[in-house]
Amino acid sequence: MENFTPISSTIGGVLIGLSAVLFLLWHGRIAGISGILGGSLATTRAGDVGWRIAFLGGLIVGGIALSFLHPTGFAVTVERSPAALIVAGLLVGFGTQLGSGCTSGHGVCGIGRLSTRSIVATCTFMAAGAASAAIVTHLLGGSL
Amino acid sequence: MKLFAAFVSGLIFAVGLVLGGMTQPAKVIGFLDFTGGAWDPSLALVMGGALAVYGLGFRLVTRRSSPILEASFQIPERSDLPARLFVGAVFFGVGWAISGFCPGPALVSLGSGMSQALVFVPAMMAGMILFSMWSPSPLAEPSPDNSENAL
Repeated sequence: MENFTPISSTIGGVLIGLSAVLFLLWHGRIAGISGILGGSLATTRAGDVGWRIAFLGGLIVGGIALSFLHPTGFAVTVERSPAALIVAGLLVGFGTQLGSGCTSGHGVCGIGRLSTRSIVATCTFMAAGAASAAIVTHLLGGSL
Repeated sequence: MKLFAAFVSGLIFAVGLVLGGMTQPAKVIGFLDFTGGAWDPSLALVMGGALAVYGLGFRLVTRRSSPILEASFQIPERSDLPARLFVGAVFFGVGWAISGFCPGPALVSLGSGMSQALVFVPAMMAGMILFSMWSPSPLAEPSPDNSENAL
């Protein structure tokens, strides 16, 4: 537990919740990142791409700014081969669309309004993530 | 104004993710792997903090008849549990554990120039595009917004 960061992690969580509440108050929508990104990439929907790009732009510009203001926030990376990252990216991209959400849409916004679907989805991806992480650590020696 | 508000929401979200530790893939994997001996529960507090604020905020905001910048709320109302919800969540969980990235932190890390994100994010976007091309039961019914996909 030497890496435990209870205060900054709680503050971070509160800001995420605040952002999602403001987004609901302003736009009336769920702040689910995979849904916002997926909707901006899907070819079938038109007319509502602007706010999606603006929200995603805020995330990316935030990353640019924080890489200068708070570089330690990106410090603890993990070594993964490009192949592993590509497979993981495809799984996350496809899986979040198939499962209708990710950590933000299901994990925060969905559970926050006590959606059964989101509670079930969050338990499922947490369990799959925990099992996969344990397999990588114990069976694959921690490297991919 | 709408675009500015969405941008500000994204910006605050990014700050929360970074302070919370979500843009440190090894920390995320250390949270998911509680068999590793050095389990780091920090990310449970990220979710706990976010849920506390959103759980309360959702109830307060939805007392209004409409949001400030749009005509109506677009809240998903489905409650069915189709197989695709489980399969998708498993795919997502496996990819999350391999990389340490879920979608939001991946985009913020991309902004920071983190090399792993430069590989991961294009693959994630490709996965989303593949889904929209394959889409089994065309998520159809985008009325008013595609609530299935709005998460």
